[in-house]
Amino acid sequence: MKIKISISSDILTKPIMAEAILETGVLLNISQAHFDRSHGEVIADVESGKFDVMCKALTNKGAVVTKLNIPIKWDENECVECGACVSVCPTKVFSIAEDFSLDVDDTKCIQCGTCVDMCPHNALSLGNNK
Amino acid sequence: MVKKTIHEINSKIRDGSVNVVTAEEMVHIVGELGAEGAAKEVDVVTTGTFGAMCSSGVWLNFGHSEPPIKMQKVFLNDVEAYTGVAAVDAFIGATQVSETLGMDYGGAHVIEDLIRGKSVHLHATSHGTDCYPRKVLDTTLSLNDMNQAIMINPRNAYQKYNAATNSTRSTVHTYMGSLLPSFGNVTYSGAGVLSPLSNDPDYMTIGTGTRIFLGGAQGYIVGEGTQHSSGGGFGTLMVQGDLKNMSTDYIRAANFTGYGTSLYVGMGVPIPILNEQIAQATAVSDAGVTTQILDYGIPSRDRPAIRDVTYEELRSGFVDINGKEVPTSSLSSFKKSRTIANELKDWITRGEFFVSMPVERLPKDVSAKPMKQTEGIAVVSDIMAVSVVTINKDASVYDAAKIIQDTSFNHLPVLNDDKTLAGIITAWDIAKAVSLNKFDLVEDIMTRKVITANADEQVAVVARRLDLNEVSAMPVLNKDRHIIGMITSDDISKLYARRS
Ligand code: SF4
Ligand code: SF4
Repeated sequence: MKIKISISSDILTKPIMAEAILETGVLLNISQAHFDRSHGEVIADVESGKFDVMCKALTNKGAVVTKLNIPIKWDENECVECGACVSVCPTKVFSIAEDFSLDVDDTKCIQCGTCVDMCPHNALSLGNNK
Repeated sequence: MVKKTIHEINSKIRDGSVNVVTAEEMVHIVGELGAEGAAKEVDVVTTGTFGAMCSSGVWLNFGHSEPPIKMQKVFLNDVEAYTGVAAVDAFIGATQVSETLGMDYGGAHVIEDLIRGKSVHLHATSHGTDCYPRKVLDTTLSLNDMNQAIMINPRNAYQKYNAATNSTRSTVHTYMGSLLPSFGNVTYSGAGVLSPLSNDPDYMTIGTGTRIFLGGAQGYIVGEGTQHSSGGGFGTLMVQGDLKNMSTDYIRAANFTGYGTSLYVGMGVPIPILNEQIAQATAVSDAGVTTQILDYGIPSRDRPAIRDVTYEELRSGFVDINGKEVPTSSLSSFKKSRTIANELKDWITRGEFFVSMPVERLPKDVSAKPMKQTEGIAVVSDIMAVSVVTINKDASVYDAAKIIQDTSFNHLPVLNDDKTLAGIITAWDIAKAVSLNKFDLVEDIMTRKVITANADEQVAVVARRLDLNEVSAMPVLNKDRHIIGMITSDDISKLYARRS
């Protein structure tokens, strides 16, 4: 299961993820991380059955954890299969098939929202956070 | 030598013996049979393209109201249409945006809604005359209620188009889509192997009067499009067609974030194969159409070219920029372009569409000129203030407050000991520090991430930077990061006020 861990600036320098991993014994597979002066944001995979313990450990240390369980929504009626979305997605959700149709593998989606802005035909939307 | 006439080909269309192939299929046929063999074999090659064509719109005639009105301003679903021609005609352009919804809804959406059979609200105003006394009119109309709805697109079907990338450190939102920082992606447009004009670059059969596929209906080429630049391989077409027969399969409104609205137009041009020269031209492949990747991070008419690239490379999904594999995406749909070429092929094969010779050829070897600007282009150094009061980062907040009080400058650049820029401090920062009871050093309360300008930048570019960053002044730096001036939004408004 994909989760987003948001870390505010006051605890940015603390190794809270490492601590949570050691403490719970649950592994986090980090796929994206973004830090600047104001906050940090990490996208990671965690085993579904272990989500609750991990979430609790991280939350206790001050992080905010969101489940990324509603991936990008693709409206095939609006889509003209241009492929504009292909080059902006960081996790290669979109690809162009042999016959130039658009293939969408939404299991890879980390809900960054970049493709939503890119799509000229309003065919892409995010349910829970954008 | 093969020599066929339009007449012969049209007879074959009539008796069902015509051989039509798409421009994609033709590549292989010429590869196998050679140009002469292919010219004997094939009668018509169909092309197709489906992409954003901003320079599109529709002439509408609404019929006369009772009492009649000579419309002076017209809005369709709050999108302004141009009506400076006679009484009840108006041109709704694809990129005009809604007065109320802004970039979310524009002329392109009005056009799509009309094709979908939806009613649109018409609001018109006028001065009132003896013959046209009415001053205001409101009604709702659907496509059936109009006398004519003639699509006239001043500039469509670019022979090829520049690809776009972005060298800067932030994402730019353009009509070429979102361009990610540091050459994060490349976008491109055009159908390459299927592009109408790339398949007849010498305009042997494409010209004024050529019957075409436009938006799912039969249409015609009016002539060269605006900005037609055949010399550099950037020819364009002006086309017309009857909106009432068009389909939303081939006409679609679009929104480009941060740019506005546009219309995706589907067009296909048939090329009658009269001789082997024409056959040879239609054998062009994606590898045979070269364009340039331009840096859209630079907001100038003359965007720097990064490199040449073929459509084959663009379509492969990646291009190499400075040794890095950069992902590409098309903005036009190749799948739809193919559908259009095939649909046109079916029309001709079924005897429903006949080919034509142009009554006038398109001009060759012409180029579009840049705009003549009589006012000169203002640069930052023309209007910046050169006497700038600064403060050292180790000064106290109290000192800063005093300087601001004494000089009435609102923005105080903060300098390091070596006189380079360290930050900026405003009256607001000081007020905030005071309210928090923080009477420390300037360094502790200044903004470190300063938005700056260079002296030789164009004012219009800098004005946009001020807007985007929501600041009202910027230090102007030389290349050693020393301050040589300040430019404020007031200076800029004064410049434009003088000119208007
Ligand atoms: S950008 Fe939008 S319209 Fe284009 S292929 Fe992707 S989802 Fe479809
Ligand atoms: S939201 Fe982000 S990760 Fe998900 S499909 Fe769009 S670009 Fe890819």
